Amino acid sequence: MELELRGITKRFGSLVANDGISLAVAPGKVHALLGENGAGKSTLMNVLYGLLQPDEGEILINGTGVRLGSPKDAIAAGIGMVHQHFMLVPTFTVAENVTLGIEQAGWGGLLDARRTRSEVRELSHDYGLDVDPDALVEELPVGIQQRVEIIKALVRKADVLILDEPTAVLTPAETEELFRIIRQLTDRGTSVIFISHKLREVQAIADTITVLRRGAVVGERAPDATIDDLAALMVGRDVQLRVSKPPASPGRVVLDVAGLTVVGTDGQTCVDRMSFQVKAGEILGIAGVQGNGQTELCEALMGLRPTAGGAVTVDGEDLTTATPRRRLRSGVAYVPEDRTDDGLVGSFSVSENLILDTYDRKEFASPLLPGGPRNLRLPEIAKNAAERIAEFDVRTGSASTAAGTLSGGNQQKVILARELGREHRVLIASQPTRGLDVGSIEFVHRRIVSQRDHGVAVLIVSSELDEIYALADRIAVMYEGKITGFRDPDVAAAEVGRLMAGGADLTPGLTPTEPEPVATEPGPVAPEPEDAPEPEEKP
Amino acid sequence: MTTSTGPASGSAASGSAAPASPKLPALLPPGSSGAGWGGRFAAPVTFAVFGLADIALFGIHARGTATFAFNQEFAKATVPNLALPAAATCYACGALTLVLAALRLLIVLGWPATVATAVGRRGWRRLLLGLVLFCFVVALLAWSDGGQAIAFNVVDLLSGTFSDSIPLMLGALTGVICSRTGVINIAIEGQLLLGAFCAAIATSVTGSLWLGLVCGALAGSLVATLLAVFAIAYAVDQIVLGVVLNTLVLGLTGYLYNAIMIPFGNTLNNPATFTPVKIPLLGDIPIIGPVFFDATVFLYITYVALAGVHIGLFRTRWGLRTRAVGEHPVAADTVGIGVLAMRYRNVIASGLIAGIGGAYFTIGSVGSFGINMSSGEGYIALAAMIFGRYTPVGAVLAALLFGFTTQLQSILSSINVPIQSNLLLLAPYVVTIVVVAGLVGKVRGPRAEGVPYVKS
Repeated sequence: MELELRGITKRFGSLVANDGISLAVAPGKVHALLGENGAGKSTLMNVLYGLLQPDEGEILINGTGVRLGSPKDAIAAGIGMVHQHFMLVPTFTVAENVTLGIEQAGWGGLLDARRTRSEVRELSHDYGLDVDPDALVEELPVGIQQRVEIIKALVRKADVLILDEPTAVLTPAETEELFRIIRQLTDRGTSVIFISHKLREVQAIADTITVLRRGAVVGERAPDATIDDLAALMVGRDVQLRVSKPPASPGRVVLDVAGLTVVGTDGQTCVDRMSFQVKAGEILGIAGVQGNGQTELCEALMGLRPTAGGAVTVDGEDLTTATPRRRLRSGVAYVPEDRTDDGLVGSFSVSENLILDTYDRKEFASPLLPGGPRNLRLPEIAKNAAERIAEFDVRTGSASTAAGTLSGGNQQKVILARELGREHRVLIASQPTRGLDVGSIEFVHRRIVSQRDHGVAVLIVSSELDEIYALADRIAVMYEGKITGFRDPDVAAAEVGRLMAGGADLTPGLTPTEPEPVATEPGPVAPEPEDAPEPEEKP
Repeated sequence: MTTSTGPASGSAASGSAAPASPKLPALLPPGSSGAGWGGRFAAPVTFAVFGLADIALFGIHARGTATFAFNQEFAKATVPNLALPAAATCYACGALTLVLAALRLLIVLGWPATVATAVGRRGWRRLLLGLVLFCFVVALLAWSDGGQAIAFNVVDLLSGTFSDSIPLMLGALTGVICSRTGVINIAIEGQLLLGAFCAAIATSVTGSLWLGLVCGALAGSLVATLLAVFAIAYAVDQIVLGVVLNTLVLGLTGYLYNAIMIPFGNTLNNPATFTPVKIPLLGDIPIIGPVFFDATVFLYITYVALAGVHIGLFRTRWGLRTRAVGEHPVAADTVGIGVLAMRYRNVIASGLIAGIGGAYFTIGSVGSFGINMSSGEGYIALAAMIFGRYTPVGAVLAALLFGFTTQLQSILSSINVPIQSNLLLLAPYVVTIVVVAGLVGKVRGPRAEGVPYVKS
């Protein structure tokens, strides 16, 4: 089926989310929509899926105009969508989720569960999706949940499948699987609209790339366009994909973690006698596939989770059992993994979020009576917010905007502004750029490097190898709660990948037996080498 | 009872990455030992308290022989009475309960592993709980009947439980449908009360019991309509709304009672009542017959409602869509299900069930309306719904448990048990609190319950 959008314009109040967008999707092709967060990709797709009505423009299917007033119309027209946040009922089985809305029902509305199940099984088999129709969705890994969404669309006879940021939640291996599924779909004539802001992925899968910026189409490219070209088009200026940083000049040991052991909620040991040191003026990057104890490590370092053994000291001060508050006072800055749940209070304003840790200091609060309740100094708080917003380039309507309504990049800037605004010696940042667009990633990375250059000891925990390579002066790889090895950042990605998959440390001297050649096959969870940056690509 | 903890509520809509770390431990100060000490040991400790009560409270004070009867008058087939030494019965129940407490403790400690996993499943744990409660009741009855000349009639207790629980069961079923569709229905109390009022007036005026039943049902649905309009269209806070509706109905029926029912009592508040209908053959089975198959039409309606709601929710297209709308309305919307229409229909239709439950008060048992005659049963129905984990069968069983305590209280106070009658009156509420707070554990309701659906 041939799908064409002509001059689609969608406004929200004074904001033009889509500005005269035209687009043609050929049958059996992968058409990528590339753009930063907020460029209007999702709005456009919601228009196409009938969730939003365009103010201007038309949608043509096989040359004739159609009106898509609701998702129902879009489904009937052969358009399927896999939303970024899956539209699955977690307490339902796969089959129930697939059949919802188009149930096969007999007398009195009794469901024909068997028929649905066999339908799911058939589709799953045809496309090599490998999904059990009776599994509960909430118990499935994200990658499989995504396949359930794809099956949902296929059952509804979708000829055009919209995938909204499909790789945002996937591991590199799962992404490869998804690409395989996409190719199978296009081989059978289904068109795929692939929405992403990840340049490499778009290059790898797309037949045509349309780049959006600020709601308008700024260019169309073939997949052999260079990364730099695409990035510049997307951001509107030349982007440095790799942070240029002077060599580190490490000083004294600031953060010293010795034999740290953390027991998780389920009684399992998540962090197992881990020891490492971070020096002033250096960035230690902890690489590893998500779920290997990184979350628990960070929470234990911040006093958010009790430790079962070992010691944590900062500049010689023992913080092993200190409260989070005391750790903050001792000069630890913390950027948590989960921005929205742990980093901010979404319903508080930006200015309030900026003083979450310092609201009781003299400059922001004066006691009404000596030792009595305190009175917030609102003008000071507002002034602080204005300064921070300007310094960190937070794009917000005003300082009193609720932080939860900001884009991910701007939320992260608010957190950085707060944490770096306090006097600190250590910066612990967990997944600092997850889900951010290229522009924001660049901003966050620069800030982190400049922290290092000012003599802060920086600990970065990231499951994105790109990020580890971009930032770290030393790499520690974590696997099942242990460090499987320390490496310098000039080591090959395959070697780090091997350690991430639990490969033994082959450093000479540590392994008495003859070591295997370094080219050992990376485990299934190791990222594909193509995901790793080639240092020579951008000198 | 359960150890399942719901994932962080915010991530309901997002397919968040698989091993999302539970947020709870983050609140614990460092250095404090593992999570939920009190929670883990709540069940064994409660069991042990029950066992000690069986022994110390009842066993030591029990005298003579307790006789249990299992027949009603004029029964065709009979079962002989059972005479037990009262004190020994109490001690035996207490000992068994303590053994069960020890077993429960082993499950908590996970030792020995094989037994703990085999017996640790939810079904088994519920069975243990049931046994403990059963022992407690037997000990209580042995103590209260010990030394008395009259036999304690178990069949009267059970059949009374069933008929007394009708408003609770129907109210709880209404609550289940509303919650499953995403609306908290606190207004069950008001639905019961208005149902009772309208059924009384309609039957008094027309002389038709069936017309009274229909009017009672429609009255419940009228309250539900108000609930639906304000909760769904105007997104009013559903807790506040429910309480307001209950107060409104209480005031309205109270006013009308004084204004018209007292002056014209003979014509407006003098309804006939349904008489019990014995089902042929089934009704003659000893014990089971009089309890299940010899009752007013209300009990049979309850059976039908229970089967209907259960099959409807879990086996039909309507049920699948209803549950989807209550769990993840956005997902339902994207596959073309009208979320608001679904909620309107379900809330209003479910009001019919609670209305029938209310009608039972006037035209099923008492035979006249009285101010606030539902006396908080709507709230207990709500507790039964939660205790029953938002399932129709569970909610009805929970309602029966509450009804049982009410019935036990009224029988015990009539046979001169040396407990203050006011204390006995407290029993149903104490059981509610203990059960909901101590033994239910964490129940995860439908995720979108109480959250108005507003299209962005």
